[in-house]
Amino acid sequence: MKLHEYQSKRVLAQYGVPIPDGDVATTPEEVRAIAERLGGPVVVKSQVLVGGRGKAGGIKVAKTPQEAQEVAARILALEIKGLPVRKVLVDQAADIRQEIYLGIVVDRAAARPVMMASSEGGVEIEEVARVSPEAIKKVHIDPFIGLRAYQTLWLAKGIGLEATHHRDFNRIARGLYEAFVASDASLAEINPLVVTGDGALLAVDGKMVLDDSGLYRHPDLAEKRDIDEETPTEREAREAGLSYVQLDGEIGCMVNGAGLAMATMDITKHYGGAPANFLDIGGGAKADRVAAALRLILADSNVRAVLFNIFGGITRCDEVARGILAALDEVKPSVPMIARLVGTNDEEGRRILDGSAYRMLTATTLAEAAQKAVAAARGELEA
Amino acid sequence: MAILVDKNTRLLVQGITGHEGEFHSSQMLDYGTNLVAGVTPGKGGQSACDGRVPVFDTVREAVEATGADTSVVYVPARFAADAILEATDAGIGLVVCITEGIPVNDMIRVRAYVGQRGTRLVGPNCPGLLTPGQAKVGIMPGHIAAPGPVGVVSRSGTLTYEVVYALTLKGIGQTTCVGIGGDPIIGTRFVDCLELFEADPETEQVVLIGEIGGNDEEIAARFIHERMSKPVVAFIAGRTAPPGKRMGHAGAIIEGGAGTAAEKIAALEGVGVRVAEHPEQIADLVAATG
Repeated sequence: MKLHEYQSKRVLAQYGVPIPDGDVATTPEEVRAIAERLGGPVVVKSQVLVGGRGKAGGIKVAKTPQEAQEVAARILALEIKGLPVRKVLVDQAADIRQEIYLGIVVDRAAARPVMMASSEGGVEIEEVARVSPEAIKKVHIDPFIGLRAYQTLWLAKGIGLEATHHRDFNRIARGLYEAFVASDASLAEINPLVVTGDGALLAVDGKMVLDDSGLYRHPDLAEKRDIDEETPTEREAREAGLSYVQLDGEIGCMVNGAGLAMATMDITKHYGGAPANFLDIGGGAKADRVAAALRLILADSNVRAVLFNIFGGITRCDEVARGILAALDEVKPSVPMIARLVGTNDEEGRRILDGSAYRMLTATTLAEAAQKAVAAARGELEA
Repeated sequence: MAILVDKNTRLLVQGITGHEGEFHSSQMLDYGTNLVAGVTPGKGGQSACDGRVPVFDTVREAVEATGADTSVVYVPARFAADAILEATDAGIGLVVCITEGIPVNDMIRVRAYVGQRGTRLVGPNCPGLLTPGQAKVGIMPGHIAAPGPVGVVSRSGTLTYEVVYALTLKGIGQTTCVGIGGDPIIGTRFVDCLELFEADPETEQVVLIGEIGGNDEEIAARFIHERMSKPVVAFIAGRTAPPGKRMGHAGAIIEGGAGTAAEKIAALEGVGVRVAEHPEQIADLVAATG
């Protein structure tokens, strides 16, 4: 789960990371009031969960409260990469002398967190990694020992930070790590961390991504989930215990298991079709969950055919077949459907589907199922 | 021969009285696995699976009474990290964790601790291990596999079953099938299994099933190039996956343009690994080599 910039910075501030004075608003009038309170120039920043806000015109400096109100009106009318801007953060504008990057992610290969710093702040770290990887300095953090002062000194010296700032840098780096661990984050970054004209360090922008598996420990953070982070369908899927990602193809896929679901999408593409979604119905696959999954797939108007690919291991194909039928009775789809049931009780499962009022194409191999789905989506096959 | 588990394995089940734990324990027993004990705190002295398995309160007691050397963990996510640590502290040599949804920060600490103690961890969020005809540890369906010369290692669950079943139908059996799990932090990785398969005299070929996210497949490619003499056939799921979207598994996500299927396929093909276009092709490629 992603946190907004303002949410991330408020979390970081709790761990001693200095952030600009500012507040969040949903109307231009509120923005004006905040700017009046802050005095002096402000930055009005759209709060949407995508990168590239600046380029999209979603971040503007305003010299006066009147100007802040005007730019806020424009920003609040924007849609950035498909997401409507519902909130803006109004921050006191910083007097920026130098911008650096400071972030923590989980290094999967090392199986521990890694803190990264770069003298090239304000740029996406992936871009720095691509163009000038030597500019990124890293230290791995032992989960039992934590982040030590000497490590932050290595980073500070590594990026050429002036000695007068080392003490503040250490405090901020350790605060960032504390926030990372305490919030069960999978990413926490300050970009840019700026050196201001009067020699202070300030986290001008912040970003945190939380580990969904750890959210149960943080009800306060869990309730910050932005509804725009997911499409309504993805949200419905999550609440039904399904793993669903909408894509832009025409073949709806219902599969048990994430790896097999991806492989099913891939083979659909291999035979000239395009998957409409990733959907893992998980283990067990009771009728109600199958029904919920089918509803999600058919809610997508691009879907021209539905492909069921079920590998019965512990999951029994006959149970899934009954689930599919129960779902069909409820949903009554008008597009052709192709079912491939293999594994435990597959013959019984196929017999159940064959005997139903719904005409369904069946297939024994994955390749055959995918080819039939592609043909059916093109209207070349009659169910 | 096989890797990690065989007929001599003395298996202990943590969370044996839970719904999942008891169901799969019965399946493992029916398969012929040498399941010697179960653990559920507070239920010591009882038995599980129709009286077939004695239950203990702690792993330590179970080990003392039964000589268990391997544990499989089915306990819920909130308690799973503790279960792995308890097994480690009780001297269990191999812990297989099936549980999905353990927080990454917990796993970072658990993995570091387990590694220091010299215990091997498989998983979490994995289907477990299957040495056909000898031992089934986890949730893989036993009937899809058959004994034979191919080692299988995979980040996936049902996709593994699909591939194993296709091999079996073609008359190609397996030494051991290992599901290493789909989480960002896992105990045993591709290279660990490749090393074991390379050293196992009965394994003649290896099938590696990867997916998008991370760079374990790239690390495996380097290992194959430098250290393996046995042929490897691979499949990578997620060619059509969009960046930034988590595809079910916590670890299956293309982040910052890294972890794509194309990169992994290129890395593997670059060291001479044959990469199948779709899962059913794997058995054909293995047959062509065998």
